[in-house]
Amino acid sequence: MQSADDNVVTDLPRFRPGSDKPFIVGLSILSGTYAVIIVAMIVADIAYVDADSMLSALRSKEIQYSIGLSLLSCSLSTLLSLWVAIPLGYLTSRFDFPGKRLLDTVLDIPIVLPPLVIGISLLALFNFAPFSWTSQWVVFEIPAVIIAQFMVACAFAARAMRISFDQIPTRYEKVALTLGCNRGKAFWLVVMPQAKRGILAAGTLAWARSLGEFGPILVFAGSTRMRTEVLPTSVYLEMQAGNLKGMLAISLIMILAAAAVLVTSRLMGMKRLAP
Amino acid sequence: MISVEKLQVRQGEFSLSDISLKLPEGEYGVIVGRSGCGKTTLLEAVCGLRPIDGGRICLGSEDVTTLKPGERGVGYVPQDGALFPHLSVARQLAFALVLRKAEPKHIQERVEELAERLGVSHLLDRMPDSLSGGERQRVALGRALSIRPRYLCLDEPLSALDEETHDEIYDLLVQTVKGTGVTVLHITHNKREVENLADVVFRMADNELSCER
Repeated sequence: MQSADDNVVTDLPRFRPGSDKPFIVGLSILSGTYAVIIVAMIVADIAYVDADSMLSALRSKEIQYSIGLSLLSCSLSTLLSLWVAIPLGYLTSRFDFPGKRLLDTVLDIPIVLPPLVIGISLLALFNFAPFSWTSQWVVFEIPAVIIAQFMVACAFAARAMRISFDQIPTRYEKVALTLGCNRGKAFWLVVMPQAKRGILAAGTLAWARSLGEFGPILVFAGSTRMRTEVLPTSVYLEMQAGNLKGMLAISLIMILAAAAVLVTSRLMGMKRLAP
Repeated sequence: MISVEKLQVRQGEFSLSDISLKLPEGEYGVIVGRSGCGKTTLLEAVCGLRPIDGGRICLGSEDVTTLKPGERGVGYVPQDGALFPHLSVARQLAFALVLRKAEPKHIQERVEELAERLGVSHLLDRMPDSLSGGERQRVALGRALSIRPRYLCLDEPLSALDEETHDEIYDLLVQTVKGTGVTVLHITHNKREVENLADVVFRMADNELSCER
């Protein structure tokens, strides 16, 4: 029979697990390199653009139109995205229903599909009724810009909202239901106030996605100056004209807009942009 | 009386079947059993928070099986109180009365009365994140009592508290609930709570519920 003493190891040297340094240094080098490259890219943009080309870009009527349309379309597509993403996120977070997994998969399509294909698919969709009834006012017009931005931004916003609702325990709704709420009231009075940050995160994500949207807009809304030209379209048009400095100046405007979004989201207490 | 007859609940791989329980009016019933045996499911079914696949639930003489939770007149306190994080203590206590569109004067009187009874009068303007564990449970109990329920369902209301606070809330339960005519179903793992609070003990094990007095 084994005695308790057999388990006591006395003659082995003290075990040393080894230093943590190589692991920590490895983590720091890999993470640091990526962060440095991100910052270096932006510094390179700034270094390349001189004040003259920045000013001439800002003075150009086309660019002013493009900035205006970008701000307007991104804001509208963000509102539309939240309008759909909040109920969609809540539905998929709280309810089990037949076809839920299928719906989940369908919602991933705009995220995984190549952006250009979304544009082509929208173009195809507007050949069929009832969409075709409106296509003369939509396709290659401003509404096409907003729809193209919405189709991608909404998928990201819906994911963000789903995660945000998942993080709010159902206990609050349960208590609210016993106190006399119906499901709708429990949602408005108890869940929505707690989802404020999630809504802000989803909105910021949708806005940033919309701002950078290019492929679907190019295909579905075209790249007509002073009509469907948004900032990424301007970069593309400047590049086609061989105006590298103009292209970088516009990119810088987009970097500033993105930075403004990041700073605003941090100021409003969000820890990170994407969930 | 809380009466559950042949309750059946299926949810994924978990199921309860043929669970029956009778708790006479005004008595304090404690449900004990291992984690995961279905105590919370049973309690939530009584509150109307869990869809059931079969059986009948009666509160008093009324069959409430198909009634919504808010129509059953059951006060519910979950494990950590689940105070609404965006509402002050006063608004937590007033929540159900505001929903019922009660007169502002009546709401204020009721909130003050509850706050005094539960010893939270000095906390009325505070937000939940600035309250201690014991204070939260007091407010949660007050919020559940605000609708003057005839039935109270408590899901391990004392389990997250340290020993001293546990005793304090335990005394409060004895004072405010026991002997007031409210019929209580209380889930716990604590032997002392079973010994001192329970008029009836329901033991849940292997999908069966036994009753001891």
